[in-house]
Amino acid sequence: MEWEIVIGLEIHAQLATKSKIFSGASTAYGAAPNTQACAVDLGMPGVLPVLNKEAVRMAAKFGLAVGSRVSNRSVFARKNYFYPDLPKGYQISQFELPVVEGGRLEIQVEGEEARVIGITRAHLEEDAGKSLHEDFHGSTGVDLNRAGTPLLEIVSEPDIRSAKEAVAYMKKIHSLVQYLEICDGNMQEGSFRCDANVSIRPMGQEKLGTRSEIKNLNSFRFVERAINFEVERQIDVIEGGGAVVQETRLYDSDKDETRSMRSKEEAFDYRYFPDPDLLPIEIDEAYIEAVRGTLPELPDEKKARFISELGLAEYEAGVLTASRELADYFEAAAKIAGEDAKRTANWVMGDLLGALNKEGKEIADSPVSAELLGGMLQRINDSTISGKIAKQVFECMWNGEGGADSVIEAKGLKQVTDSGAIEKIIDEIIASNPGQVEQYRSGKDKLFGFFVGQVMKATQGKANPAQVNELLKQKLA
Amino acid sequence: MHTKTISQLSAALRSGEVSSVELTTLFLERIKQHNPALNCFISVTEAQAFAAAAAADLRLKAGNAAPLTGVPIAHKDIFCTEGVKTTCASKMLDNFIAPYESTCTAKFRDAGAVMLGKTNMDEFAMGSSNETSYYGAVKNPWDQARVPGGSSGGSVSAVAARLAPAATGTDTGGSIRQPAALCGLTGLKPTYGRVSRYGMVAFASSLDQAGPITYSAEDAALMMNVMAGFDERDSTSVERDVPDYSANLDNGIEGLKIGLPKEYFGEGLDDGVARVIDAAVKEYEALGAVVKEISLPNTALAVPTYYVVAPAECSTNLSRFDGVRFGHRCDDPQDLFDLYTRSRGEGFGAEVKRRIMIGTYVLSAGYYDAYYLKAQKIRRLISEDFRAAFEEVDVIMGPTAPSTAFKLGEKADDPVTMYLSDIYTIAVNMAGLPAASIPAGFADGLPVGLQVIGNYFDESHLLNVAHKYQQATDWHLQVPKEFQ
Repeated sequence: MEWEIVIGLEIHAQLATKSKIFSGASTAYGAAPNTQACAVDLGMPGVLPVLNKEAVRMAAKFGLAVGSRVSNRSVFARKNYFYPDLPKGYQISQFELPVVEGGRLEIQVEGEEARVIGITRAHLEEDAGKSLHEDFHGSTGVDLNRAGTPLLEIVSEPDIRSAKEAVAYMKKIHSLVQYLEICDGNMQEGSFRCDANVSIRPMGQEKLGTRSEIKNLNSFRFVERAINFEVERQIDVIEGGGAVVQETRLYDSDKDETRSMRSKEEAFDYRYFPDPDLLPIEIDEAYIEAVRGTLPELPDEKKARFISELGLAEYEAGVLTASRELADYFEAAAKIAGEDAKRTANWVMGDLLGALNKEGKEIADSPVSAELLGGMLQRINDSTISGKIAKQVFECMWNGEGGADSVIEAKGLKQVTDSGAIEKIIDEIIASNPGQVEQYRSGKDKLFGFFVGQVMKATQGKANPAQVNELLKQKLA
Repeated sequence: MHTKTISQLSAALRSGEVSSVELTTLFLERIKQHNPALNCFISVTEAQAFAAAAAADLRLKAGNAAPLTGVPIAHKDIFCTEGVKTTCASKMLDNFIAPYESTCTAKFRDAGAVMLGKTNMDEFAMGSSNETSYYGAVKNPWDQARVPGGSSGGSVSAVAARLAPAATGTDTGGSIRQPAALCGLTGLKPTYGRVSRYGMVAFASSLDQAGPITYSAEDAALMMNVMAGFDERDSTSVERDVPDYSANLDNGIEGLKIGLPKEYFGEGLDDGVARVIDAAVKEYEALGAVVKEISLPNTALAVPTYYVVAPAECSTNLSRFDGVRFGHRCDDPQDLFDLYTRSRGEGFGAEVKRRIMIGTYVLSAGYYDAYYLKAQKIRRLISEDFRAAFEEVDVIMGPTAPSTAFKLGEKADDPVTMYLSDIYTIAVNMAGLPAASIPAGFADGLPVGLQVIGNYFDESHLLNVAHKYQQATDWHLQVPKEFQ
């Protein structure tokens, strides 16, 4: 039988507020355990939550960026369950009336048609603390630094049809929240993670199959692998005559498998009800419009502009707009370079990203800034150096030897464009290689490369390649 | 000196007739003498009291004293006080010392009032007789075989016995007004949102409100001048100017329109109480007020609705008491489940457990709509009753409680009968309105309270209405024989 895969993602994005969603404690990552948890975060008796309005602004910004309705009135609810890293015994979340409702996002898997994924809602909630099972023999430690960190939970419609689409969707949201500057996107630190609801159904059937929910996936690779494993598992269960049970599963990346955490029968009854300690969030149209005014150029808009204004290909524009930092870097370099944005794109996507990857560096830590790269490209464009010499210049800049001009100066890499000088060298080469000249003239065209190489060797690569080609053709004719 | 109102004490302190240290000594002595019998204090903070009194005397000398500077008061043990044990009368918090101060007590501290100690109460404010306290029942100074009412039983007992000239209380369903009535005191529950709840251990967040327990309305006004106001740490506190509650006390009440809800005078009301209330209303007529019968048709639904809403909120408010970070933890927990169940099982008393279970039930999947949601709808109907009534009248009056103080143990095994002792007070919390109970006389030697309900944020007017009555009567100045 042919199966259709149905996936919905619940993405948790930590909002990049300075303080927590309901207290004044800092949200900075990595402090000593429990040093960033105040009485409110600790759930002490009598203390009360006070909403951080910045979290609401960020949620609204996200909603507007995906074409959602930002609710004029939304309500915080208590989600009740006991766990040591949940200090109050309930999580303040939103249930019936979330701050953002509806929305859509276009995604594209390489080599496939673009598809639109519906966004059901996005709601604000507080993160829990962390239970630490290592280092505590026979017991568990609790670190509440993360407790109360604002989260935006972004819930998709079950519109995703493959693990690859799930990754594309997650990457797009990941990029978007960073464009919007509402989340740092740091997946290692848990700032961006997701739960995946996965089910299968016979191709063509409308009724959804029973789903399982895979919790806490914190890398794109794990999302893809966990979904693929889970789909295979469900197919095996059904084709083996069994039935998929509704349950929560955990992905074990070491074993590359998912396993059951709790079934529907064991599922918590969260007893949601409106939190009486917090007033509903009231947002008027003026506020929404003010937030709309702060939206940056979004990835899709940027991509379209790179294609239409800068003449980039669809693929190039897609790669360069995947993150705001990369897009900003590219644009800054292209602006300095002047003409030929495509050349800048090639350098950014090729040499720059290659070098960064090789050293495991982020664009923000690149030793070659956009200004340096742009400056070098300017020298290619004005024929001071050739593209080949530029590789050498780039390497020097990467190693901190200064800007393109000083590297060219110091190493004497300036391109030779004096045709007299080049002619002289060509004459010498023709004179000292009579055999090759004869072979070439009798039809062995391939030898042309040999002569170019010789000239370049003699000029240490500094001769203008176009000039060399032209002069050689004349002289060898 | 120990029977003086805080208005009188404030004047005596300013004139130099007495010092704060002297007053503090006097009341601490009285507490030593009488608390063993009455059991109205959980903690007596002698050292802190003397330090605060000495500081207050300096302030009085320096001439920058506030009206309550140097005045000793007691706080219900539901307010977190930095460095002083806050138990909420529960074994769960027997060892709990908060590292922060509630807004309410901080305001009194900053005003220079001297905290004598922290008063006994029903456990987590759940009760109407002060019999659910982990620290034992509190006695009514008018008859020590009887309850003082609850949940602010320790505060009223202490003030009635003149162990403290005033105290704070909290009122979720009548916990200031009912005990004030049963002990012959003036108690005010302000409009919801008027006094900050920050640092007040939550019972039912949408109903809890702190207020003063005093001899007179004049004293209640002095207390309200300190307590009331917006607090950015409590999102449900209201950003609204605080009037000078003392300013309008003497305004005339000629033409005051008093509504008497017929539902408050029906079955279940003790005859002796009814007679006292009738007489009080006549007194108001003599002062120029006009009386009108009104109806609050959903009155009968108030108690059952309350016992859905309040337990629902308390069931989750009390989830934080899990033995993990503070409070009681069972010995030698075997695993997480054992830690939770034994810590909570040992730490909470029977009434608290009952309400947590009711609350958990009414919020559960499949029951939520039938109980919690329906209760919220009825709550709106109850508010609507009052809204309509206040289009016709200025204040609503009736008995605060259906009977005078009952015997210790009399209703302890019958929760429903106990719950009905708040039948006249609960609707006020459901609607979020302000209401006072003022002493209106005696039935069989026991105090009877008259409840005066006002419109939202109308505390100033309520106190004026109460004050005029207290100018004409002296019920509020009666002292139980043993404590005169």
